[in-house]
Amino acid sequence: MPLLHRLVRQDSAVVPFTIDGVPCNGRAGDTVLTAVLCHVEQLRETEFSGAARAGFCQMGACQDCWVQLAAGERLRACTTELAEGMHIVTQRGLRHG
Amino acid sequence: MAERAPPLIVGAGPAGIRAAATLAAAGLRPVVVDEGHACGGQIYRQPLAQDGRDDRARYGSEAGKAALLHRDFAALGPDVDYRPNTLLWNLRDGTADVLRDGVNHRVGYDGLILATGATDRVLPIPGWTLPGVFTLGGAQIALKAQGCAIGRRVVFAGSGPLLYLVAWQYMKAGVEVAAVLDAAPLSAKLNLLRALPLAPDIVLRGLRMVAALGLAGTRVQLGVSSLRIEGKDKVSRIVYQSGGREHRIACDGVAYGLNLRSETQAADLAGCAFRFDPRDRAHLPLREASGRSSVAGVYLAGDGARIAGADAAEAAGERAALALLEDRGLPHDAARAAALELRLAKIDRLRGALEAAFPFPAHWAAEIADDALLCRCEEISAGEARRAIGDYVLTEMNRLKAITRIGMGRCQGRMCAAAAAELLAVQTQRDIGAVGRLRAQAPIKPIPLDVSLSVDERQHDPAH
Ligand SMILES: Cc1cc2nc3c(=O)[nH]c(=O)nc-3n(C[C@H](O)[C@H](O)[C@H](O)COP(=O)(O)OP(=O)(O)OC[C@H]3O[C@@H](n4cnc5c(N)ncnc54)[C@H](O)[C@@H]3O)c2cc1C
Repeated sequence: MPLLHRLVRQDSAVVPFTIDGVPCNGRAGDTVLTAVLCHVEQLRETEFSGAARAGFCQMGACQDCWVQLAAGERLRACTTELAEGMHIVTQRGLRHG
Repeated sequence: MAERAPPLIVGAGPAGIRAAATLAAAGLRPVVVDEGHACGGQIYRQPLAQDGRDDRARYGSEAGKAALLHRDFAALGPDVDYRPNTLLWNLRDGTADVLRDGVNHRVGYDGLILATGATDRVLPIPGWTLPGVFTLGGAQIALKAQGCAIGRRVVFAGSGPLLYLVAWQYMKAGVEVAAVLDAAPLSAKLNLLRALPLAPDIVLRGLRMVAALGLAGTRVQLGVSSLRIEGKDKVSRIVYQSGGREHRIACDGVAYGLNLRSETQAADLAGCAFRFDPRDRAHLPLREASGRSSVAGVYLAGDGARIAGADAAEAAGERAALALLEDRGLPHDAARAAALELRLAKIDRLRGALEAAFPFPAHWAAEIADDALLCRCEEISAGEARRAIGDYVLTEMNRLKAITRIGMGRCQGRMCAAAAAELLAVQTQRDIGAVGRLRAQAPIKPIPLDVSLSVDERQHDPAH
């Protein structure tokens, strides 16, 4: 189940990316946060307790929405525009390093 | 004499835009940095891509102001050195470090206008870290900028004008608003009578929103307390107390916030003196009516200096720019400056009434559940903080930070410091103004560890 529900831009250009290896489609104009949470319910698991997190402030202040790309790079999902071919890892177990 | 460096404006919200336009009109070419991809700030935030909605659909009653600000800023064109997607992360000795696309730029400036805006203020409640819980501002950004709803059945909880505004915006967008849970009692709302003669349009618009929510069947509950959000890996209900009873409402999204708090880190790095402000319950940089701070050449405007709303931000941005012009020995419109100060004083009176009508629920601080996470970043609970306060006899915020790491995480206290101060005050039975404030440290937001590329843009030795 997705966490967010898209009300507009239903027909905007498709932007393909993956979540934990699964191919997904975002839409042009999506932030990474929007694109991921329109498919799944979490962005990451916390370092300490492993609790699920999915962002909070959506304006670059709380730093809750950092996600990791498969290549290791970390980015703040709410302020980063989705780009084609991003491989996003949301589960700790799937991350290397 | 060497040419003087340009002024630097941090923030391109309503305050920064009006400041930039005023400086540009006087022939200066300010550098304007903003983390956002486009101008507008929080209230007039623009979407990443067009989405078929016009300004009216996006900004509602404020569409005219939004359009004007966006247009005026765009019209400045090359008269300003505008840098979107650019984070100011350090200020030292008249030099600013700004990061854009992974490259750091060292920018010399002569005159600094800080228009950094605000973020939601929160107190921790159990379950507030669950997926599906967002700040009121965050819920609004999802809708306004991304065209997404945070749930299919959403509860709005907390305090402040945004509580009703965002709930109403969701309702208008066709989302089921299950309830509006307001921390403030009915008695607080009587202060709206004070606000009415000051700004009848604003008060009546708010009342119409509440009426519309009620007509649509939304439960609007005043005086709630002991909020708790429950769910496994995701929100599934909210639980609260009201009228001596516990209530629960099923939902899949919660928007939560208790008014706003100023983003003051840059003012701190600039060396501004701070003082406790009882109305905002925060230490804020000292500011004259003109926008001058305690540091020569540093000016403060908008919600980043004190919460006053978007109209005040516009006026304060322009006023601060006029002060900068005057201090630089350039012609400036003194009559206009005086008129702006009058306008700001009037808005401040309105603000006082609104804050009283939508008060911060300070009494909640004593009831924060021990198992609620106080610090989201480092996962430190309220109970752990309370124990540390007792064990180490802590009375001051920076000591609390050193011992517990609260405020040391990635958000640098943006989400937890105000709450930690409330908790520390209650726990030590001191006034909230007496527990101190966290000092800001560069970088004021996380930057990549490997910023290797650096461009030095300073034309000459900085002034000091
Ligand atoms: C999420 C949110 C939603 C809101 N919605 C409404 C609303 O619907 N109606 C209403 O009346 N009021 C609303 N408010 C209040 C309103 O936003 C403010 O009163 C108004 O925007 C203040 O204008 P400003 O110019 O002071 O700051 P802002 O509009 O907040 O602009 C500040 C700008 O500074 C930038 N900035 C800050 N720090 C840095 C840095 N270090 N480096 C680079 N850039 C930086 C930010 O990116 C931002 O664009 C909202 C506030 C928030 C936080």
